[in-house]
Amino acid sequence: MKTVFKRTPTIKDCPTHYCPGCGHGIAHRLVAEVIDELGIHGRTIGIAPVGCAVLAYDYLDVDMVEVAHGRAPAVATGMKRTNPDKIIFSYQGDGDLAAIGTGEIIHAAHRAERITVIFINNAVFGMTGGQMAPTTMLGQVTATTQQGRNPDTDGYPLQVCELLAVLPGAIYIQRCALSSPAQIRNAKKAVKHAFELQVEGAKGLALVELLSPCPTYWRMTPVKAMEWIDNEMTKVFPLGRFK
Amino acid sequence: MDKRILISGNEGLAESAVLAGLDAYFGYPITPQNEIPAYMSKRMPELGRVFVQSESELAAINMVFGASATGKRTMTSSSSPGISLMQEGISYLAAAELPSVIVNVMRGGPGLGNIAPSQADYFQATRGGGHGDYRTIVLGPSSVQELVDCMPLAFDLADLYRIPVVVLADGILGQMMEPVVFGKKPARKLPAKDWALTGAKDRPQNIVRSLWLKEGAVEQHNYDLQAKYRQIEKNEVLCEQYALEDAEIVVVAYGIAARIVRSAVNKARQQGIKAGWIRPVTLWPFPTEHIRKAANDFKVFLAVELSCGQMLEDVKLAVAGACPVLFYGRPGGGVPTVEQVLEKIRQLTVRSQKVPV
Repeated sequence: MKTVFKRTPTIKDCPTHYCPGCGHGIAHRLVAEVIDELGIHGRTIGIAPVGCAVLAYDYLDVDMVEVAHGRAPAVATGMKRTNPDKIIFSYQGDGDLAAIGTGEIIHAAHRAERITVIFINNAVFGMTGGQMAPTTMLGQVTATTQQGRNPDTDGYPLQVCELLAVLPGAIYIQRCALSSPAQIRNAKKAVKHAFELQVEGAKGLALVELLSPCPTYWRMTPVKAMEWIDNEMTKVFPLGRFK
Repeated sequence: MDKRILISGNEGLAESAVLAGLDAYFGYPITPQNEIPAYMSKRMPELGRVFVQSESELAAINMVFGASATGKRTMTSSSSPGISLMQEGISYLAAAELPSVIVNVMRGGPGLGNIAPSQADYFQATRGGGHGDYRTIVLGPSSVQELVDCMPLAFDLADLYRIPVVVLADGILGQMMEPVVFGKKPARKLPAKDWALTGAKDRPQNIVRSLWLKEGAVEQHNYDLQAKYRQIEKNEVLCEQYALEDAEIVVVAYGIAARIVRSAVNKARQQGIKAGWIRPVTLWPFPTEHIRKAANDFKVFLAVELSCGQMLEDVKLAVAGACPVLFYGRPGGGVPTVEQVLEKIRQLTVRSQKVPV
Protein backbone atom coordinates (compact mmCIF):
# COMPACT_ATOMS: atom_id res chain seq x y z
CA MET A 1 0.00 0.00 0.00
CA LYS A 2 1.25 3.47 -0.84
CA THR A 3 1.84 5.79 2.11
CA VAL A 4 0.17 9.13 1.39
CA PHE A 5 0.57 10.74 4.81
CA LYS A 6 2.65 10.01 7.87
CA ARG A 7 3.47 11.63 11.15
CA THR A 8 6.51 13.87 10.88
CA PRO A 9 9.19 12.82 13.43
CA THR A 10 9.20 16.10 15.37
CA ILE A 11 5.55 15.54 16.39
CA LYS A 12 5.44 13.03 19.23
CA ASP A 13 3.17 10.02 18.87
CA CYS A 14 0.81 10.77 21.74
CA PRO A 15 -2.69 12.10 22.39
CA THR A 16 -2.92 15.84 23.13
CA HIS A 17 -4.91 17.65 25.82
CA TYR A 18 -6.52 19.93 23.25
CA CYS A 19 -10.33 20.03 22.85
CA PRO A 20 -12.00 18.43 19.82
CA GLY A 21 -11.81 20.80 16.85
CA CYS A 22 -9.02 22.93 18.34
CA GLY A 23 -6.51 24.45 15.92
CA HIS A 24 -3.40 23.95 18.04
CA GLY A 25 -2.88 20.40 16.82
CA ILE A 26 -2.82 21.58 13.22
CA ALA A 27 -0.48 24.46 14.04
CA HIS A 28 1.88 22.14 15.96
CA ARG A 29 1.99 19.77 13.01
CA LEU A 30 2.83 22.58 10.59
CA VAL A 31 5.69 23.75 12.81
CA ALA A 32 6.99 20.20 13.20
CA GLU A 33 6.80 19.47 9.47
CA VAL A 34 8.68 22.65 8.66
CA ILE A 35 11.40 21.85 11.22
CA ASP A 36 11.84 18.40 9.68
CA GLU A 37 11.69 19.60 6.08
CA LEU A 38 14.34 22.25 6.76
CA GLY A 39 16.51 19.72 8.62
CA ILE A 40 16.92 22.00 11.65
CA HIS A 41 15.64 19.68 14.38
CA GLY A 42 19.02 19.39 16.09
CA ARG A 43 19.53 23.13 16.41
CA THR A 44 16.03 24.39 17.09
CA ILE A 45 14.85 25.70 20.47
CA GLY A 46 11.16 26.39 20.98
CA ILE A 47 9.41 28.61 23.51
CA ALA A 48 6.03 27.61 24.90
CA PRO A 49 3.67 30.33 26.12
CA VAL A 50 1.28 30.54 29.03
CA GLY A 51 -2.07 29.50 27.60
CA CYS A 52 -3.50 26.35 26.07
CA ALA A 53 -0.17 25.61 24.34
CA VAL A 54 1.85 25.75 27.57
CA LEU A 55 2.52 22.01 27.22
CA ALA A 56 3.67 22.30 23.59
CA TYR A 57 6.90 20.54 24.62
CA ASP A 58 4.84 17.43 25.30
CA TYR A 59 4.02 17.28 21.58
CA LEU A 60 6.96 18.95 19.82
CA ASP A 61 10.11 16.86 20.15
CA VAL A 62 12.67 19.70 20.19
CA ASP A 63 14.48 21.42 23.06
CA MET A 64 11.89 23.72 24.62
CA VAL A 65 11.40 26.17 27.43
CA GLU A 66 8.20 27.29 29.08
CA VAL A 67 8.23 30.93 30.11
CA ALA A 68 6.27 33.57 31.99
CA HIS A 69 3.06 34.87 30.42
CA GLY A 70 3.85 37.10 27.44
CA ARG A 71 7.62 37.16 27.88
CA ALA A 72 8.53 34.73 25.12
CA PRO A 73 9.99 37.37 22.76
CA ALA A 74 12.32 38.60 25.55
CA VAL A 75 13.37 35.01 26.33
CA ALA A 76 13.89 34.43 22.61
CA THR A 77 16.08 37.54 22.50
CA GLY A 78 18.29 36.18 25.28
CA MET A 79 18.56 32.84 23.46
CA LYS A 80 19.18 34.10 19.95
CA ARG A 81 21.69 36.79 20.90
CA THR A 82 23.81 34.24 22.76
CA ASN A 83 23.23 31.46 20.20
CA PRO A 84 23.10 33.04 16.74
CA ASP A 85 23.58 29.60 15.13
CA LYS A 86 20.43 28.17 16.74
CA ILE A 87 16.90 28.49 15.36
CA ILE A 88 14.68 30.09 17.98
CA PHE A 89 10.91 30.18 17.70
CA SER A 90 8.16 31.25 20.06
CA TYR A 91 4.64 29.84 19.89
CA GLN A 92 2.18 32.23 21.50
CA GLY A 93 -1.54 32.70 21.83
CA ASP A 94 -3.47 35.95 21.65
CA GLY A 95 -3.63 36.48 25.42
CA ASP A 96 0.09 35.82 25.69
CA LEU A 97 1.26 37.88 22.71
CA ALA A 98 -1.43 40.51 22.24
CA ALA A 99 -2.44 41.26 25.86
CA ILE A 100 0.19 40.79 28.55
CA GLY A 101 3.10 40.43 26.11
CA THR A 102 2.37 43.31 23.75
CA GLY A 103 5.41 45.23 24.93
CA GLU A 104 7.74 42.27 24.43
CA ILE A 105 6.60 41.43 20.87
CA ILE A 106 6.70 45.06 19.73
CA HIS A 107 10.18 45.61 21.11
CA ALA A 108 11.54 42.30 19.83
CA ALA A 109 10.34 43.34 16.37
CA HIS A 110 11.60 46.88 16.96
CA ARG A 111 15.09 45.54 17.75
CA ALA A 112 14.91 43.31 14.65
CA GLU A 113 15.49 40.16 16.67
CA ARG A 114 16.19 37.30 14.27
CA ILE A 115 13.50 35.02 15.60
CA THR A 116 10.38 33.27 14.31
CA VAL A 117 7.03 33.85 16.02
CA ILE A 118 3.98 31.64 15.51
CA PHE A 119 0.99 33.61 16.78
CA ILE A 120 -2.26 31.73 17.35
CA ASN A 121 -5.31 34.01 17.23
CA ASN A 122 -8.49 32.29 18.38
CA ALA A 123 -10.18 35.47 19.62
CA VAL A 124 -10.43 34.24 23.20
CA PHE A 125 -8.48 33.20 26.30
CA GLY A 126 -8.80 29.42 26.15
CA MET A 127 -6.95 27.98 29.11
CA THR A 128 -8.53 30.19 31.76
CA GLY A 129 -12.09 29.57 30.61
CA GLY A 130 -12.96 31.66 27.58
CA GLN A 131 -12.46 35.24 28.68
CA MET A 132 -12.18 38.22 26.32
CA ALA A 133 -8.84 38.53 24.52
CA PRO A 134 -7.62 41.71 22.82
CA THR A 135 -8.53 39.89 19.60
CA THR A 136 -12.12 39.10 20.62
CA MET A 137 -14.61 40.21 17.96
CA LEU A 138 -17.10 43.02 18.58
CA GLY A 139 -20.31 41.50 19.90
CA GLN A 140 -18.59 38.20 20.72
CA VAL A 141 -19.87 36.65 23.94
CA THR A 142 -17.14 35.49 26.30
CA ALA A 143 -16.88 34.78 30.03
CA THR A 144 -16.00 38.44 30.63
CA THR A 145 -18.12 40.01 27.86
CA GLN A 146 -21.39 38.33 28.65
CA GLN A 147 -23.43 40.89 26.72
CA GLY A 148 -21.01 40.68 23.81
CA ARG A 149 -17.84 42.74 23.38
CA ASN A 150 -18.81 46.41 23.51
CA PRO A 151 -16.29 48.84 22.01
CA ASP A 152 -17.40 51.61 24.38
CA THR A 153 -16.18 49.66 27.40
CA ASP A 154 -14.05 46.81 26.04
CA GLY A 155 -12.19 48.40 23.13
CA TYR A 156 -11.71 47.02 19.63
CA PRO A 157 -10.11 43.82 18.30
CA LEU A 158 -6.33 44.29 18.20
CA GLN A 159 -4.81 43.69 14.78
CA VAL A 160 -1.30 42.49 15.53
CA CYS A 161 -0.03 42.03 11.96
CA GLU A 162 -1.10 45.53 10.96
CA LEU A 163 0.55 46.90 14.12
CA LEU A 164 3.89 45.13 13.62
CA ALA A 165 4.14 45.60 9.87
CA VAL A 166 5.06 49.29 10.27
CA LEU A 167 8.22 48.44 12.24
CA PRO A 168 11.45 48.33 10.21
CA GLY A 169 12.71 45.40 12.31
CA ALA A 170 9.78 43.16 11.29
CA ILE A 171 10.79 41.57 7.99
CA TYR A 172 8.00 39.11 7.35
CA ILE A 173 4.44 39.45 8.64
CA GLN A 174 1.66 37.22 7.34
CA ARG A 175 -1.82 36.22 8.50
CA CYS A 176 -3.26 32.84 7.54
CA ALA A 177 -6.20 30.73 8.67
CA LEU A 178 -6.50 27.11 9.76
CA SER A 179 -10.04 26.88 8.41
CA SER A 180 -9.77 24.49 5.43
CA PRO A 181 -7.22 22.21 3.75
CA ALA A 182 -6.44 24.94 1.20
CA GLN A 183 -5.92 27.57 3.92
CA ILE A 184 -3.82 25.15 5.96
CA ARG A 185 -1.57 24.56 2.94
CA ASN A 186 -1.11 28.34 2.65
CA ALA A 187 -0.37 28.52 6.35
CA LYS A 188 2.29 25.83 5.98
CA LYS A 189 4.03 27.88 3.27
CA ALA A 190 3.99 30.95 5.52
CA VAL A 191 5.32 29.06 8.54
CA LYS A 192 8.05 27.58 6.38
CA HIS A 193 9.05 30.98 5.03
CA ALA A 194 9.18 32.42 8.54
CA PHE A 195 11.66 29.68 9.55
CA GLU A 196 13.61 29.85 6.28
CA LEU A 197 14.32 33.53 6.81
CA GLN A 198 15.94 32.77 10.16
CA VAL A 199 17.91 29.85 8.70
CA GLU A 200 19.20 32.23 6.01
CA GLY A 201 20.22 34.75 8.67
CA ALA A 202 17.74 37.42 7.59
CA LYS A 203 18.02 40.49 9.79
CA GLY A 204 14.70 40.79 11.52
CA LEU A 205 11.64 39.22 13.07
CA ALA A 206 9.25 36.97 11.15
CA LEU A 207 5.72 36.44 12.47
CA VAL A 208 2.89 34.30 11.15
CA GLU A 209 -0.55 34.85 12.66
CA LEU A 210 -2.83 31.83 12.40
CA LEU A 211 -6.58 32.33 12.81
CA SER A 212 -7.44 29.22 14.74
CA PRO A 213 -10.74 27.64 15.84
CA CYS A 214 -11.80 27.37 19.49
CA PRO A 215 -15.13 25.50 19.26
CA THR A 216 -15.30 25.07 23.05
CA TYR A 217 -15.35 28.77 23.91
CA TRP A 218 -17.01 29.92 20.74
CA ARG A 219 -19.84 27.53 21.69
CA MET A 220 -19.88 26.07 18.19
CA THR A 221 -19.39 22.74 16.50
CA PRO A 222 -15.93 22.33 14.96
CA VAL A 223 -17.43 22.71 11.48
CA LYS A 224 -19.27 25.91 12.44
CA ALA A 225 -16.09 27.22 14.01
CA MET A 226 -14.20 26.78 10.73
CA GLU A 227 -16.99 28.62 8.92
CA TRP A 228 -16.92 31.43 11.50
CA ILE A 229 -13.21 32.00 10.79
CA ASP A 230 -13.89 32.34 7.06
CA ASN A 231 -17.14 34.32 7.34
CA GLU A 232 -16.56 36.55 10.35
CA MET A 233 -12.97 36.63 11.65
CA THR A 234 -11.39 37.36 8.28
CA LYS A 235 -13.50 40.54 8.01
CA VAL A 236 -11.63 41.99 11.00
CA PHE A 237 -8.43 40.01 10.51
CA PRO A 238 -7.92 39.96 6.74
CA LEU A 239 -5.64 37.22 5.43
CA GLY A 240 -2.51 38.02 3.51
CA ARG A 241 1.04 39.24 3.66
CA PHE A 242 1.51 42.55 5.43
CA LYS A 243 5.26 42.67 4.90
CA MET B 1 44.94 43.27 35.39
CA ASP B 2 46.90 42.53 38.53
CA LYS B 3 47.71 46.02 39.72
CA ARG B 4 45.70 48.28 41.93
CA ILE B 5 43.40 50.72 40.14
CA LEU B 6 40.88 53.29 41.31
CA ILE B 7 37.39 52.40 40.09
CA SER B 8 33.76 52.89 41.07
CA GLY B 9 31.77 50.00 42.50
CA ASN B 10 29.46 49.90 39.50
CA GLU B 11 32.27 49.78 36.94
CA GLY B 12 34.34 47.48 39.14
CA LEU B 13 31.61 44.87 39.44
CA ALA B 14 30.96 45.13 35.71
CA GLU B 15 34.60 44.44 34.82
CA SER B 16 34.76 41.68 37.38
CA ALA B 17 31.72 39.99 35.82
CA VAL B 18 33.38 40.23 32.41
CA LEU B 19 36.53 38.62 33.82
CA ALA B 20 34.38 35.89 35.39
CA GLY B 21 33.26 34.79 31.94
CA LEU B 22 30.01 36.70 31.52
CA ASP B 23 28.49 35.79 28.13
CA ALA B 24 25.58 38.22 28.10
CA TYR B 25 24.40 41.31 29.99
CA PHE B 26 20.83 42.59 29.77
CA GLY B 27 19.60 45.72 31.52
CA TYR B 28 17.43 48.79 31.61
CA PRO B 29 18.58 52.23 32.82
CA ILE B 30 17.92 53.24 36.41
CA THR B 31 19.90 55.37 38.86
CA PRO B 32 22.18 54.75 40.80
CA GLN B 33 23.53 51.83 38.69
CA ASN B 34 23.69 53.38 35.21
CA GLU B 35 27.48 53.00 35.03
CA ILE B 36 26.99 49.22 34.80
CA PRO B 37 25.05 49.07 31.50
CA ALA B 38 27.16 51.93 30.12
CA TYR B 39 30.36 49.98 30.87
CA MET B 40 28.89 46.74 29.52
CA SER B 41 27.71 48.41 26.30
CA LYS B 42 31.33 49.21 25.49
CA ARG B 43 33.15 46.24 26.98
CA MET B 44 30.96 43.30 25.93
CA PRO B 45 30.90 44.01 22.17
CA GLU B 46 34.70 44.54 22.27
CA LEU B 47 34.95 40.91 23.37
CA GLY B 48 32.32 39.65 20.93
CA ARG B 49 29.89 39.08 23.77
CA VAL B 50 26.28 40.18 24.17
CA PHE B 51 24.92 43.47 25.50
CA VAL B 52 21.23 44.35 25.06
CA GLN B 53 19.46 47.36 26.49
CA SER B 54 15.99 45.97 27.09
CA GLU B 55 12.67 47.82 26.90
CA SER B 56 11.92 47.13 30.58
CA GLU B 57 13.16 45.25 33.61
CA LEU B 58 10.52 42.61 32.81
CA ALA B 59 12.20 42.03 29.48
CA ALA B 60 15.73 42.20 30.94
CA ILE B 61 15.15 39.43 33.48
CA ASN B 62 13.47 37.29 30.82
CA MET B 63 16.40 37.81 28.46
CA VAL B 64 18.55 36.54 31.33
CA PHE B 65 16.13 33.59 31.59
CA GLY B 66 16.58 32.83 27.88
CA ALA B 67 20.37 33.09 27.84
CA SER B 68 20.65 31.05 31.03
CA ALA B 69 18.35 28.33 29.66
CA THR B 70 20.89 27.77 26.89
CA GLY B 71 23.69 27.40 29.46
CA LYS B 72 25.32 30.82 29.18
CA ARG B 73 26.72 32.95 32.01
CA THR B 74 24.40 35.90 32.21
CA MET B 75 23.39 38.75 34.47
CA THR B 76 21.32 41.87 34.85
CA SER B 77 21.53 44.83 37.16
CA SER B 78 19.06 47.40 38.39
CA SER B 79 18.02 49.38 41.42
CA SER B 80 15.14 48.89 43.82
CA PRO B 81 12.05 49.83 41.70
CA GLY B 82 13.48 47.91 38.75
CA ILE B 83 14.26 44.90 40.92
CA SER B 84 10.61 44.89 42.02
CA LEU B 85 9.63 44.54 38.37
CA MET B 86 12.01 41.60 38.00
CA GLN B 87 10.47 39.56 40.79
CA GLU B 88 8.20 37.55 38.49
CA GLY B 89 11.21 36.54 36.44
CA ILE B 90 13.30 35.72 39.51
CA SER B 91 10.55 33.39 40.75
CA TYR B 92 10.60 31.61 37.37
CA LEU B 93 14.42 31.44 37.43
CA ALA B 94 14.28 29.89 40.89
CA ALA B 95 11.56 27.42 39.85
CA ALA B 96 13.31 26.41 36.63
CA GLU B 97 16.65 26.30 38.51
CA LEU B 98 18.44 28.57 36.07
CA PRO B 99 21.80 30.02 37.15
CA SER B 100 21.74 33.80 37.02
CA VAL B 101 23.20 36.85 38.75
CA ILE B 102 21.11 39.90 39.63
CA VAL B 103 22.79 43.02 41.00
CA ASN B 104 20.62 45.39 43.05
CA VAL B 105 22.23 48.77 43.73
CA MET B 106 19.63 49.73 46.30
CA ARG B 107 18.05 53.19 46.53
CA GLY B 108 15.49 54.78 48.81
CA GLY B 109 11.92 53.50 48.70
CA PRO B 110 9.10 52.59 48.81
CA GLY B 111 7.72 53.63 45.42
CA LEU B 112 9.95 55.78 43.31
CA GLY B 113 11.58 56.90 46.57
CA ASN B 114 14.80 58.68 45.72
CA ILE B 115 18.21 57.89 44.28
CA ALA B 116 20.05 57.94 47.60
CA PRO B 117 21.65 54.82 49.14
CA SER B 118 19.45 52.43 51.08
CA GLN B 119 19.28 48.89 52.45
CA ALA B 120 15.52 48.66 52.38
CA ASP B 121 15.31 45.74 49.92
CA TYR B 122 16.69 43.22 52.43
CA PHE B 123 13.32 41.55 52.99
CA GLN B 124 12.67 41.33 49.26
CA ALA B 125 16.10 39.85 48.54
CA THR B 126 16.37 37.38 51.41
CA ARG B 127 12.80 36.10 51.43
CA GLY B 128 12.69 35.22 47.74
CA GLY B 129 10.91 38.37 46.61
CA GLY B 130 8.45 36.89 44.12
CA HIS B 131 5.68 34.32 44.53
CA GLY B 132 6.24 30.81 45.83
CA ASP B 133 8.51 29.09 48.34
CA TYR B 134 11.99 29.86 47.11
CA ARG B 135 15.25 31.47 48.07
CA THR B 136 18.00 33.25 46.26
CA ILE B 137 21.58 33.37 47.48
CA VAL B 138 22.19 36.97 48.59
CA LEU B 139 25.67 38.48 48.86
CA GLY B 140 26.17 41.73 50.80
CA PRO B 141 29.60 43.20 49.97
CA SER B 142 30.80 46.21 51.95
CA SER B 143 33.64 47.63 49.83
CA VAL B 144 34.38 48.10 46.17
CA GLN B 145 37.05 45.40 46.43
CA GLU B 146 34.54 43.01 47.93
CA LEU B 147 31.96 43.93 45.31
CA VAL B 148 34.56 43.05 42.68
CA ASP B 149 35.52 39.81 44.42
CA CYS B 150 31.94 38.63 44.90
CA MET B 151 31.11 38.57 41.18
CA PRO B 152 33.10 35.41 40.29
CA LEU B 153 31.75 33.84 43.50
CA ALA B 154 28.20 34.79 42.50
CA PHE B 155 28.54 33.13 39.09
CA ASP B 156 30.12 30.02 40.60
CA LEU B 157 27.40 29.66 43.24
CA ALA B 158 24.72 30.23 40.58
CA ASP B 159 26.15 27.47 38.38
CA LEU B 160 26.92 25.09 41.23
CA TYR B 161 23.46 25.23 42.78
CA ARG B 162 21.46 26.24 39.67
CA ILE B 163 20.01 29.20 41.51
CA PRO B 164 19.62 32.97 41.05
CA VAL B 165 22.22 34.89 43.08
CA VAL B 166 21.47 38.45 44.17
CA VAL B 167 24.33 40.87 44.81
CA LEU B 168 22.89 43.41 47.21
CA ALA B 169 24.83 46.66 46.97
CA ASP B 170 23.64 50.22 47.55
CA GLY B 171 24.01 53.67 46.05
CA ILE B 172 27.20 54.45 47.97
CA LEU B 173 28.97 51.21 47.04
CA GLY B 174 27.92 51.58 43.42
CA GLN B 175 29.03 55.17 43.09
CA MET B 176 32.13 55.49 45.27
CA MET B 177 35.62 54.84 43.96
CA GLU B 178 38.15 52.74 45.84
CA PRO B 179 41.45 51.12 44.97
CA VAL B 180 40.85 47.61 43.71
CA VAL B 181 42.85 44.62 42.55
CA PHE B 182 41.17 42.46 39.93
CA GLY B 183 42.03 38.88 39.27
CA LYS B 184 40.07 36.74 41.71
CA LYS B 185 39.20 33.79 39.52
CA PRO B 186 36.12 31.61 39.67
CA ALA B 187 37.35 28.73 41.80
CA ARG B 188 34.61 26.12 42.15
CA LYS B 189 34.51 22.82 40.35
CA LEU B 190 31.27 23.12 38.44
CA PRO B 191 28.95 20.45 37.06
CA ALA B 192 28.34 20.18 33.31
CA LYS B 193 25.19 21.95 32.13
CA ASP B 194 23.67 18.87 30.54
CA TRP B 195 20.20 20.29 31.19
CA ALA B 196 20.77 23.30 28.91
CA LEU B 197 18.82 23.89 25.72
CA THR B 198 21.33 23.53 22.91
CA GLY B 199 19.24 21.72 20.29
CA ALA B 200 18.25 18.06 20.69
CA LYS B 201 20.97 16.75 18.37
CA ASP B 202 21.78 13.10 19.07
CA ARG B 203 20.15 13.20 22.49
CA PRO B 204 16.61 13.29 23.91
CA GLN B 205 14.76 16.58 24.16
CA ASN B 206 15.67 18.91 27.06
CA ILE B 207 12.86 20.91 28.65
CA VAL B 208 13.23 23.89 30.99
CA ARG B 209 9.97 24.47 32.83
CA SER B 210 8.29 25.57 36.01
CA LEU B 211 4.85 24.00 35.48
CA TRP B 212 4.10 20.50 36.72
CA LEU B 213 0.42 19.60 36.58
CA LYS B 214 0.66 16.01 37.78
CA GLU B 215 -0.69 15.69 41.30
CA GLY B 216 2.07 15.98 43.88
CA ALA B 217 4.71 17.03 41.35
CA VAL B 218 5.01 20.65 42.47
CA GLU B 219 5.00 19.55 46.09
CA GLN B 220 7.92 17.22 45.33
CA HIS B 221 9.68 19.96 43.36
CA ASN B 222 9.39 22.20 46.42
CA TYR B 223 10.91 19.51 48.65
CA ASP B 224 13.77 19.15 46.17
CA LEU B 225 14.34 22.91 46.18
CA GLN B 226 14.26 22.98 49.97
CA ALA B 227 16.83 20.16 50.14
CA LYS B 228 19.08 22.26 47.92
CA TYR B 229 18.54 25.30 50.14
CA ARG B 230 19.53 23.28 53.23
CA GLN B 231 22.77 22.32 51.46
CA ILE B 232 23.46 25.97 50.72
CA GLU B 233 22.76 26.92 54.34
CA LYS B 234 25.20 24.24 55.43
CA ASN B 235 28.00 25.05 52.99
CA GLU B 236 27.94 28.67 51.95
CA VAL B 237 27.55 30.96 54.97
CA LEU B 238 30.09 33.79 54.98
CA CYS B 239 30.50 36.06 57.97
CA GLU B 240 33.11 38.33 59.54
CA GLN B 241 33.37 39.06 63.23
CA TYR B 242 35.53 41.25 65.45
CA ALA B 243 36.33 41.42 69.16
CA LEU B 244 33.44 39.26 70.29
CA GLU B 245 35.29 37.50 73.13
CA ASP B 246 34.89 40.24 75.71
CA ALA B 247 32.27 42.32 73.91
CA GLU B 248 29.30 43.47 75.94
CA ILE B 249 27.77 45.16 72.91
CA VAL B 250 27.71 43.33 69.58
CA VAL B 251 26.79 45.43 66.58
CA VAL B 252 25.47 43.55 63.54
CA ALA B 253 25.57 45.28 60.17
CA TYR B 254 26.15 44.38 56.51
CA GLY B 255 27.20 46.25 53.39
CA ILE B 256 27.95 49.93 53.66
CA ALA B 257 26.44 50.11 57.16
CA ALA B 258 29.14 47.69 58.32
CA ARG B 259 31.82 50.17 57.23
CA ILE B 260 30.28 52.82 59.48
CA VAL B 261 29.87 50.33 62.31
CA ARG B 262 33.50 49.26 62.09
CA SER B 263 34.66 52.84 62.63
CA ALA B 264 32.16 53.39 65.43
CA VAL B 265 33.22 50.19 67.24
CA ASN B 266 36.91 51.15 66.93
CA LYS B 267 36.13 54.53 68.51
CA ALA B 268 34.09 52.87 71.24
CA ARG B 269 37.02 50.58 72.04
CA GLN B 270 39.29 53.62 72.26
CA GLN B 271 36.87 54.99 74.84
CA GLY B 272 37.01 51.78 76.84
CA ILE B 273 33.64 50.42 75.74
CA LYS B 274 33.67 46.68 75.19
CA ALA B 275 32.08 46.55 71.73
CA GLY B 276 32.48 44.13 68.84
CA TRP B 277 30.79 43.47 65.54
CA ILE B 278 29.43 40.73 63.33
CA ARG B 279 29.14 41.33 59.61
CA PRO B 280 26.98 38.92 57.59
CA VAL B 281 28.57 38.62 54.13
CA THR B 282 25.97 36.18 52.86
CA LEU B 283 22.58 37.62 53.79
CA TRP B 284 20.94 34.39 52.70
CA PRO B 285 22.10 31.98 53.92
CA PHE B 286 22.20 34.15 57.05
CA PRO B 287 24.99 33.50 59.63
CA THR B 288 22.45 32.38 62.19
CA GLU B 289 24.85 30.05 64.00
CA HIS B 290 27.59 32.68 64.30
CA ILE B 291 25.15 35.06 65.93
CA ARG B 292 23.56 32.38 68.12
CA LYS B 293 26.99 31.39 69.45
CA ALA B 294 27.82 34.99 70.27
CA ALA B 295 24.56 35.67 72.09
CA ASN B 296 24.51 35.20 75.86
CA ASP B 297 23.30 36.79 79.07
CA PHE B 298 26.15 39.26 79.25
CA LYS B 299 25.58 40.90 75.88
CA VAL B 300 23.35 43.38 74.12
CA PHE B 301 22.98 43.18 70.34
CA LEU B 302 22.49 46.22 68.13
CA ALA B 303 21.46 45.92 64.48
CA VAL B 304 22.41 48.90 62.31
CA GLU B 305 20.91 49.29 58.85
CA LEU B 306 19.99 51.87 56.23
CA SER B 307 16.35 50.94 56.72
CA CYS B 308 13.69 50.80 59.45
CA GLY B 309 14.92 47.38 60.58
CA GLN B 310 14.82 44.37 58.27
CA MET B 311 17.97 42.31 58.95
CA LEU B 312 17.01 43.08 62.55
CA GLU B 313 14.42 40.28 62.30
CA ASP B 314 17.04 37.71 61.27
CA VAL B 315 19.27 38.83 64.15
CA LYS B 316 16.36 38.40 66.57
CA LEU B 317 15.59 34.95 65.16
CA ALA B 318 19.24 33.98 65.60
CA VAL B 319 19.57 35.41 69.10
CA ALA B 320 16.30 33.67 70.00
CA GLY B 321 15.74 35.66 73.17
CA ALA B 322 19.18 34.97 74.66
CA CYS B 323 19.80 38.71 75.07
CA PRO B 324 18.22 42.03 74.07
CA VAL B 325 18.39 43.05 70.40
CA LEU B 326 18.08 46.75 69.67
CA PHE B 327 18.04 48.69 66.47
CA TYR B 328 19.44 51.83 64.98
CA GLY B 329 18.87 52.80 61.39
CA ARG B 330 17.84 55.52 59.00
CA PRO B 331 15.49 54.90 56.06
CA GLY B 332 14.88 56.58 52.73
CA GLY B 333 18.42 57.67 51.91
CA GLY B 334 19.47 58.68 55.40
CA VAL B 335 22.99 57.46 56.21
CA PRO B 336 23.99 57.14 59.87
CA THR B 337 27.24 58.87 60.77
CA VAL B 338 29.99 57.18 62.80
CA GLU B 339 29.17 59.57 65.65
CA GLN B 340 25.48 58.65 65.61
CA VAL B 341 26.26 54.93 65.79
CA LEU B 342 28.86 55.57 68.50
CA GLU B 343 26.32 57.56 70.50
CA LYS B 344 23.87 54.68 70.21
CA ILE B 345 26.56 52.26 71.48
CA ARG B 346 27.28 54.58 74.41
CA GLN B 347 23.59 54.72 75.30
CA LEU B 348 23.45 50.93 75.26
CA THR B 349 26.45 50.74 77.58
CA VAL B 350 24.43 52.61 80.16
CA ARG B 351 21.32 50.60 79.41
CA SER B 352 23.06 47.22 79.56
CA GLN B 353 24.19 48.01 83.07
CA LYS B 354 20.67 48.96 84.13
CA VAL B 355 18.52 46.40 82.41
CA PRO B 356 18.60 42.95 83.94
CA VAL B 357 18.50 40.29 81.25
